[in-house]
Amino acid sequence: MKVLVPVKRVVDYNIKPRVAADGRGVETQGVKMSMNPFDEIALEEALRLREKGHASEVIAVTIGPQVAQDVLRTAMAMGADRAILISTDVDCEPRVVANLLKAVVEKEQPGLISMGKQAIDDDMNATGQMLAAKLGWPQGTFASQVDIADGHATVTREVDGGTETLALTLPAVITADLRLNEPRYASLPNIMKARKKPLETLEAASLGVDLTPHLTVVKVAEPPQRTAGIIVETVDELVQKLKTEAKVI
Amino acid sequence: MPQMDNRGNYIISLGAFCRWLGEQAEALGVEIYPGFSGADLFIEDGKVCGVITGDMGINRQGKPKPDYTSGMILRAKQTILAEGARGSLSKKAMARFDLRKNADPQTFGLGIKEVWEIPAENHRPGFVQHSFGWPLDTHTYGGAFLYHFGENLVSYGFITALDYRNPWLSPFEEMQRTKQHPAFKKHFEGGRRIMYGARAISEGGLQSLPHPIFPGGVLTGDCAGFLNMPKIKGIHTSMKSGMIAADAVLEAIQTEQTEASTYMQALKASWLWKELSAARNIRPAFSHWGMLGGAAYSGIDSMIFRGRAPWTLHHRHADNQTLLPADQAPKIDYPKADGKLTFNRAESVFLSNISHDDDQPVHLHVGDMQTWKEVNLARFAAPESRYCPAGVYETNEAEELVINAQNCVHCKSCDIKDPEQDINWCTPEGGSGPNYPSGM
Repeated sequence: MKVLVPVKRVVDYNIKPRVAADGRGVETQGVKMSMNPFDEIALEEALRLREKGHASEVIAVTIGPQVAQDVLRTAMAMGADRAILISTDVDCEPRVVANLLKAVVEKEQPGLISMGKQAIDDDMNATGQMLAAKLGWPQGTFASQVDIADGHATVTREVDGGTETLALTLPAVITADLRLNEPRYASLPNIMKARKKPLETLEAASLGVDLTPHLTVVKVAEPPQRTAGIIVETVDELVQKLKTEAKVI
Repeated sequence: MPQMDNRGNYIISLGAFCRWLGEQAEALGVEIYPGFSGADLFIEDGKVCGVITGDMGINRQGKPKPDYTSGMILRAKQTILAEGARGSLSKKAMARFDLRKNADPQTFGLGIKEVWEIPAENHRPGFVQHSFGWPLDTHTYGGAFLYHFGENLVSYGFITALDYRNPWLSPFEEMQRTKQHPAFKKHFEGGRRIMYGARAISEGGLQSLPHPIFPGGVLTGDCAGFLNMPKIKGIHTSMKSGMIAADAVLEAIQTEQTEASTYMQALKASWLWKELSAARNIRPAFSHWGMLGGAAYSGIDSMIFRGRAPWTLHHRHADNQTLLPADQAPKIDYPKADGKLTFNRAESVFLSNISHDDDQPVHLHVGDMQTWKEVNLARFAAPESRYCPAGVYETNEAEELVINAQNCVHCKSCDIKDPEQDINWCTPEGGSGPNYPSGM
């Protein structure tokens, strides 16, 4: 069974994002970019499935300009066998991403898609669900545990108030939550080896998918600054302030 | 002063330049491995034969975690160290091969920098301003720089020489309060601070230059100490030293020599040596005669002798030897941060985007806590809590030293200034440290 792992190149999670001068997005010029952390977890899970003998090949795929190759190299350094870059300069929204990934799925015929539950840049949390719907495959989202046996995946999901366990018939889409696993480091020898692993480039335009966005970002703004707290002297003063200043009681 | 003339220069972000340079190198087939620390020199038969990268996935107690990955030896015929000021491997190489035996002690400065985004109507691309002295005391060498560059960006920084005497001095607070001077304040109006960082630089010049060649390798750039202090510029000299080293190292490999012995001669024959030689007396003049005497001397040395004075002034002390006992030095009353123009350390370090897994061994090794208590705390009132620009060091109520290693911006000041040289900066887990965006 092949496992397909879609990964996204995002602003590194350590960076404090800054709204770009045009107010339509976040400054990415000269900013450290890395693989979306949830995708790292999804990739780790795929690698573990391969190590347990459930998967034969792990394929990483990303969509973006040529520089997006760096996350694919990272994926291969972590252990993916090969990678596909769907090359485009268009900033794709989830619907378009799902359509492009569907085209790759039809070509590669994976038995499982393991992907992050959301990307930390736009926090859409939509692509996995859309892709499953478009493929007509079952989906296990927010996975915190995955077991594979006899053509089925048992997925423990994190839901409001607890966990839910689903049995999915493969092929299926699984989206990884934070507690699924702790991803491995890419070791130096593996980074060196990853340079020689195959990386295929597909032109997005050649996949027959309409890349036109249907969403427009109107404005991106930083959250308002919180004002410093104060220490009140008495309970009466607290009640007074809650009434007159905070106006919550 | 002729050294401070910046006409004809062009202002760019060094961070952006280095990223670009990295791409050029990779396109030529150079392999670059960011995210791995050079933890140790690999020495075989008395010769450096490469570097050892740090282990990954060690917990705070020093035990391997599930994701443990051991470091590896990168073997090399010649190892070029280019770590910047007070490099941890350079320090080992200097000690192992006694490279400093004919050199004055190195003296350093701590540079702390902010980048601001200001309203377009106030931006004056190419504007450069330097200040000198104020608000430092007359025994302390230092000053500020301010550049308008990029898209509505202003780079502002302050350098305090680490041979300062007063243990109550805080380079961070000096940097903050300098912004309140009208000549600086006006540049920040309506703007917001977007980046913060700090780094030590070498100020000693040629007198403090170690022998830059050792068996199996060379020192280049600021880990050797090629910075031109009166100019406050070291990038051009670092690059030149790298180019000269490349030629010498290639020759050593081709002729199968252990030492790149032609490096030193080639350095001496280059414009780099001439430039640093002309600048050599400026910095030590200030530690000899203080602010006014130093300034007067510098004028004479560079205007009348044109840097060719028939004498050389020396650096007499290492930076860790200059502190006065805390009870013999005046306390300094720094103004409180206003959160608009001036800031405290915690909110500043937040802008350095530090990545540092807390569950790893503390990379700032303090040798002996008893020494710290008797010397640092009792004699000097814990100076590390003031010179550290990131608030790494704190003294708790029980009078113990607390090390917030996860705040470290890798400036190396503690390794330099600690009175007993009992703080040793070691490499943290690879990839740890500040993430400066383009513009820093």
